[in-house]
Amino acid sequence: MRATLAGGNTDVRVLMTHPMETAQQTKGAPYFIQNITVKVNGKPVIEGEISQAISRNPVFSFRLKGGAKGDKIEVSWLDNKGETNKTETAVA
Amino acid sequence: MLAALVVGGLLKPVMALAAWNKEAFAAKSPGDALNSLGASSTEPSKGIVIDAPQIAENGAVVPIEISSSIPNTTAIAVVIEKNPFPLAARFDFKDGALPFVKLNAKMGETSDVRVVATAGGKHYVATREIKVTIGGCGG
Amino acid sequence: MMRAITCGAVLALAAAPALAQSQFEKYQRMTAEGSPVELFELVGEDLWKKPQGPNNVSLEKCDLGKGPGVLRGAYAALPRYFKDADRVMDLETRLLHCMTTVQGRSPEEATKRLFGNADKPSEMEYLSAYVAAQSQGMKLAPGSTHPKEKESYELGKALFFHRAGAWDFSCASCHGEEDKRIRMSELPVLSTPKAARPVMATWPAYRVSNSQFKTMQWRINDCYRQMRMPEPVFGSEATVAMNMYLTTTAKGETYRGPGTKR
Repeated sequence: MRATLAGGNTDVRVLMTHPMETAQQTKGAPYFIQNITVKVNGKPVIEGEISQAISRNPVFSFRLKGGAKGDKIEVSWLDNKGETNKTETAVA
Repeated sequence: MLAALVVGGLLKPVMALAAWNKEAFAAKSPGDALNSLGASSTEPSKGIVIDAPQIAENGAVVPIEISSSIPNTTAIAVVIEKNPFPLAARFDFKDGALPFVKLNAKMGETSDVRVVATAGGKHYVATREIKVTIGGCGG
Repeated sequence: MMRAITCGAVLALAAAPALAQSQFEKYQRMTAEGSPVELFELVGEDLWKKPQGPNNVSLEKCDLGKGPGVLRGAYAALPRYFKDADRVMDLETRLLHCMTTVQGRSPEEATKRLFGNADKPSEMEYLSAYVAAQSQGMKLAPGSTHPKEKESYELGKALFFHRAGAWDFSCASCHGEEDKRIRMSELPVLSTPKAARPVMATWPAYRVSNSQFKTMQWRINDCYRQMRMPEPVFGSEATVAMNMYLTTTAKGETYRGPGTKR
């Protein structure tokens, strides 16, 4: 994940490893991330609900208001099998 | 950048409660999906910008960048009309986040991409067609 | 969901080639900007540093041509002649060499799974991503002075134009004439610097169409398959020569990979 200051805001680019398999691909047993949470210094600022229509190994870009070097950005996600993962970085 | 940490056990009970609109994501028509989101009535707006290539060489990965300049935008939903399940994703933006997202979506075929932005309790919409083709056999 | 050939779209584009081209470029740019390719570089770094094999050492002492463990610019200077092996080697050939000599691994084990898939990329793919990334910004400058390097270039060039196999194809059959395409992908004339440069500057690459990371050894192998020719041996003189020919044709171009491709 990269979080950088740009034009007074914080650009966040997060990469996730996940097959994001559709029901069609798996013949009825889709496997994909459902929820994404973006936090700044522990405070949730974005909640995303995504689906099997998001590409494999998702890459998202978000934009946060303001921000300062060193701010702690955390992105966590939960898939439809209950598995979770997260990544964190400091704003550069 | 810190490596991703698997925090299975710790986060599971909390995150398992995370809301996911099953009905909206299972809807087979754009209209049904938007109804499930409570956004059956939408007003076209030029304040929603959808930046995407007009042609995607491969429907498995279609890059779409969305931003809303409508004041107080709190949510964005992405509907790919011809997909088997049109609702692709939705995002809630709280204080501290700009109504902006870039994502990679799957498109089964050439289709309109409809973006609905929610601001001040009202729903606004913009649409853009993306053609999907298949590239060649090589590199 | 993936049955996506849209004849209407193809016909519409044929009528407006300039628009089609600029939108393809936009597609390529936007997918590259939002590509998972970095994930491969990161795992590759872990694998480079991981002690493996009977000698239980990492690849960090592997000499890719700039000295043991020196990664910056190493990929951009390949293929090249290596005295310790007395042959010209490309990245993957050299990685294999280090796996067997530095780590003490058997060739059978190290070559067991060279090409991976979307669910499980291969070690070689991850390592290629990592090492290639360390040459970003450097100009492609494969070896050219040693007699074996010159020989390798000439062999690659001869192979490029040599027709063989069930269909009597050569690389030039598809990559030897301007303005050819397969469906919507342009076929670059790889025997010319103009076309070879952007190609060699962006391999190895992540392919979004199948979520796989592909290397040059894979690319050459797959071209031979598409030409209905026998499968070349991994890291063989022929494949390295092909890589040498293509990289030399592209020399001077600033490396900007690993790339993201359709």
